[in-house]
Amino acid sequence: MTASAHLLEVRNLSKFFTLRKGMLQRAAGHVRAVDDVSFFVDDGETLGLVGESGCGKTTTGRALLRLVPPSAGEILFKSTQLAREGEAPRLIDVATATEKELKVLRREMQIIFQDPFSSLNPRMNVGQIVSEPLDVQRIGRQDERRDRVGSLLESVGLNAKDARRYPHEFSGGQRQRIGIARALALEPRLIVADEPVSALDASIQAQVLNLMLDLQNEHGLAFVLIAHDLAVVRHISDRIAVMYLGRLVELASTDALFESPQHPYTEALMAAVPIPDPDRERAKDTGLLGDVPSATSPPVGCHFHPRCRYAEDICKTESPPLREIQEGHTVACHLADTIELRSFGS
Amino acid sequence: MSVAHSDEPLIEVEDLRTYFHSEAGIAKAVDGISFAVRRKKTLGVVGESGCGKSVTARSIMRLIRPPGKIESGSIRYRRGEETLELAGLDPKGRTLREIRGAEIAMIFQEPMTSLNPVFTIGEQITEVIRLHLGAGRGEARRRAIDMLNAVAIPSPHQRIDDYPHQLSGGMRQRAMIAMALSCHPSLLIADEPTTALDVTIQAQVIRLMRDLQREFEAAIIFITHDLGVVAGIADEVMVMYLGEIVERAPVRDLFRDPKHPYTQGLMTSIPSLNGARKQRLPVIEGNVPSPFDLPRGCRFHPRCAHASELCRERAPLLLEAAPEHHVACHLQDPELA
Repeated sequence: MTASAHLLEVRNLSKFFTLRKGMLQRAAGHVRAVDDVSFFVDDGETLGLVGESGCGKTTTGRALLRLVPPSAGEILFKSTQLAREGEAPRLIDVATATEKELKVLRREMQIIFQDPFSSLNPRMNVGQIVSEPLDVQRIGRQDERRDRVGSLLESVGLNAKDARRYPHEFSGGQRQRIGIARALALEPRLIVADEPVSALDASIQAQVLNLMLDLQNEHGLAFVLIAHDLAVVRHISDRIAVMYLGRLVELASTDALFESPQHPYTEALMAAVPIPDPDRERAKDTGLLGDVPSATSPPVGCHFHPRCRYAEDICKTESPPLREIQEGHTVACHLADTIELRSFGS
Repeated sequence: MSVAHSDEPLIEVEDLRTYFHSEAGIAKAVDGISFAVRRKKTLGVVGESGCGKSVTARSIMRLIRPPGKIESGSIRYRRGEETLELAGLDPKGRTLREIRGAEIAMIFQEPMTSLNPVFTIGEQITEVIRLHLGAGRGEARRRAIDMLNAVAIPSPHQRIDDYPHQLSGGMRQRAMIAMALSCHPSLLIADEPTTALDVTIQAQVIRLMRDLQREFEAAIIFITHDLGVVAGIADEVMVMYLGEIVERAPVRDLFRDPKHPYTQGLMTSIPSLNGARKQRLPVIEGNVPSPFDLPRGCRFHPRCAHASELCRERAPLLLEAAPEHHVACHLQDPELA
């Protein structure tokens, strides 16, 4: 395989979970948690992945590192570590990589999680936590690793001396920094950040977002940012992908998405964001009907049609394909050219 | 409820202190706060974890259990012609049992805190109605269906016989609101009621609460960490930090002209839908200190960019800086500035 321009390219990724019922645990159907999703991420950019609970954004994020094995599709990563010395990076399909390749790939792809309280082992001190990836990958001598841990802790705004302390001695925001230091230990090129700030207080959230921006500027890191808070995603993402019930419904540059959303779900999601301005907040109307349907029996046709105020007959029977309506702006909606949606541009 | 008293506050809290005693020391979760809740109005309470906003709510409901204790202060509740001192009542006594769930109701972030998984939502709502209003079985069921209808649960005749787990998160939250409002409380305390919901469902629930408040004429204490949410529902807002009120103002005044450096910091540190992207956000430096080791003077001073010697030494009082706009900051005190 030859190297493409993209750091990561996901092609037709699907993940089905089998539902089991009864004493014999017979298969009683499938949940299409991720259904034929394609996107790419370039070096040094942030792709935001948004949507409500059950939309498949977390499963997608985990599949990127094969923490959940994909059911179908390719996850092509441009690996430098797996290329021969002095040669161009090699494209490796994470979905089919060998265990040995996967271990090397995990140097280049890392993940940070939402809950800074359960993702750190309480029995390990911070030094052991941050140096664990180095130990597993057998990188450097012990004293080198210790120095590296110290400088990692400092790079995320903690103190090198914090290495001797335990997770419970830190606040939520500090624990998230420890998680980030651990993810940075192997100098990855891509970090999947799954709701990294949603458990944090507002004043601490800003500190962690600033840290992510700084790290990106300094190291050219790429992020896949999974979050439900559109304001957070807008702030640090270059491009945004919107998911609904397992499918990608819209993908565009952040500015294009906010200035001219093309999918009614994107419009509704943006309209629902609470705005810290009493006059605007009270005047708003999201126009969105009902609840998110169950993922086990999603509506036929366009998954969104029962909640869509623009839905027409075709939406009830035919699933809309993803199509490019402007360069870099794709949408899965039958009516994208015919309806006028609100702009949320500044 | 008598119309003649409609200007008087429904609840008046004065110098309330609720402390938690442990081996590590005394955590002053709520430390000398005073405020009033007016009839049919919504008081928003904002602040970060550990600021004391939930303990304030639980103190009013008298739901503080050991090692927590209301140390001092008063919570006056106007009930018709009489005024009750809630802080002085026996938490397990008859009067409080009559008030809780009927006159003052509470809803939580997690609906399963108040919904019992082994009973249908209909059984739970009718029980509340029969207990507090003495209605018969048929009448209680009719009222329960009306309430489910009022909170926009589709086909309430069928849904009433569902168990909580058969409902989606948004539906459960609405069922809890229906139960809380079923006895027409004069005060509803809502503790982060939309935090666990998706944004589109959150917007529906907030709109619903606003409509129901008009219909049922209840006062609401709405506790949240989300400034956008509070902007959408509150008439008045108080901002808490480490057990104290740092600012209290009508909602528009607070958002147009936040006066406390902490309030200002909270507002500028959240990303907005129209701000500059990919720029560092202004931050409030440092972390919230431990409640066991509170800073001297102004509790915010270690994180405040404007802190002076005075702030390190003396705690500021909550003073009226503009009409109805109260702030506890030396910088706003005309006699000191």
